[in-house]
Amino acid sequence: MQILQYLINGISIGAVYAIIALGYTMVYGIAKMLNFAHGDIIMVGAYISFCVTNYLGLPAFVSVIAAMAVCTLLGILIEKLAYMPLRGTPSLAVLITAIGVSYFLQNGAQLIWGSAPKNFASIVPLKPVFLAGGELVITGEVIVTILASVLIMVGLTLFTTKTKIGKAMRAVSEDRAAAQLMGISVNNTISMTFAIGSALAAIAGVLLCSTVPTLQPTTGAMPGIRAFTAAVFGGIGSIPGAMLGGILLGIIETFSKAFISTQFSDAIVFSVLIIILLVKPAGLLGKQIQEKV
Amino acid sequence: MADYPRKVIQVPTYNLFREQDAGKQPVLDVRNLGIDFGGLTAVDSFNITLGPTEISGLIGPNGAGKTTIFNLLTGVYQPTRGSVLVNGIDIKGMPVHKVNKLGIARTFQNIRLFSEMTALDNVKVGMHNEIRCSFLASLLRLPSYYRAEAAANMKAMELLDFMGLADVADQKAGSLPYGVQRRLEIVRALATNPSVILLDEPAAGMNPSETTELMHQIRRIRDTFHIAIFLIEHDMNLVMNVCEAIAVVNYGKIIAKGTPEEIRSNPAVIEAYLGKEDND
Repeated sequence: MQILQYLINGISIGAVYAIIALGYTMVYGIAKMLNFAHGDIIMVGAYISFCVTNYLGLPAFVSVIAAMAVCTLLGILIEKLAYMPLRGTPSLAVLITAIGVSYFLQNGAQLIWGSAPKNFASIVPLKPVFLAGGELVITGEVIVTILASVLIMVGLTLFTTKTKIGKAMRAVSEDRAAAQLMGISVNNTISMTFAIGSALAAIAGVLLCSTVPTLQPTTGAMPGIRAFTAAVFGGIGSIPGAMLGGILLGIIETFSKAFISTQFSDAIVFSVLIIILLVKPAGLLGKQIQEKV
Repeated sequence: MADYPRKVIQVPTYNLFREQDAGKQPVLDVRNLGIDFGGLTAVDSFNITLGPTEISGLIGPNGAGKTTIFNLLTGVYQPTRGSVLVNGIDIKGMPVHKVNKLGIARTFQNIRLFSEMTALDNVKVGMHNEIRCSFLASLLRLPSYYRAEAAANMKAMELLDFMGLADVADQKAGSLPYGVQRRLEIVRALATNPSVILLDEPAAGMNPSETTELMHQIRRIRDTFHIAIFLIEHDMNLVMNVCEAIAVVNYGKIIAKGTPEEIRSNPAVIEAYLGKEDND
């Protein structure tokens, strides 16, 4: 029974990683860059939600919408100001900029909200469900997180395959130059990607802090890195891959915390990543690109 | 182009080959075009005027600068000198997707389809600017979304059918045979509603019967859509049969212009292709 409990908790935290990883994977797939500031957008989303509920006293769902709106704008702004001018420069320049943006957001949050951790009250009003005579507890947060991640994945898949903008995104992802020659604006498409990724990050932030209730400027950093790992693990650029990678990562993390060592859980998670990448360099669901010789 | 506040320049209509085009605004007017890469002049003083329903060819030895010229005409490269007018509008400084909206579409020498998408989706990507459906409507699946989708599907299928590709609409573009991929690229370019279409070696890799079929299709495209076609091709049989006017380039410069008959007997062209006769 204990194992089942760990499994459920693992899936739940993994679902949060999955939502973050979806943002990473979309931006990577379309803009061909690693947005290391993505994790910090999560933190901003959580702070916005915190402020809206605590200082303005508005209901939880309003705070989520506010967080999504602010993060969407923030994501577009970051892309326009920091990344767009670097389009066409070596990817290393963009990567370093992304790390800079990440620190900028963390320090900015410290300036606005201070470095003392805030106690984030869960926004999920559902009561926990007790199963098997109270031995198995499924909290409302777990239910909402898992549901949200599944809905988001299905929604994103439909969006990228069925809509005109989604198709434009896939076209830009496959061949940017050819897409432009079909009359698609690459800048608008990349902006759209950042907008969607950042809105998802806001949801992830609220869900993360509802599960782990401390909120501080560095809250997003570690989950961001784990989610990036999850995206690589599942095959970067692939939507189902990000989902699978996130959930597996959550499960591995929870199990290693429970059975091996709390301190070493990150080391174990990353060791698993290294092993997987040695066997499958493109990730679990990634496509192996054969180099022509 | 209502959304692009640029003055349409009336281009003089001299040098239009087809009688039907007489007195009409050329779709493409290129003046003194040139580009340098570093110290190297890749294209220099390139001039051409293309009538609205003309089929023209661009030929020349390998490395003569033909694809570079196509890249200049579509705004992929910014020229060092000279200007390109598409339907009378100067494309200088325009982003590539806006140049496409002026009415110029192209295919690529090395096929660049979206290989992970179906043939139908490739064509629909080409129709990107035509499908009028807001983000919100598609997100909420409003009736307007279904109407726009149905209309887009129908038009895309008609275009595929036009090139005999209706059967492969649901297959992944990357899995199609080479000759079919070449034709699909033409359909995708047609889907952007161009007034001139640039074909970069459309017959490359095709067998003789496919090439013959392609020649008919090129003429059929012009006659059905009333658009101009400008093509680069090494298959002289195709060029001489299908083109009404031919420009020959070598070392980035035009060395001859004229009808197929004139080109065939032009000494400069023969020299560029076969080398100078040694008289010692």
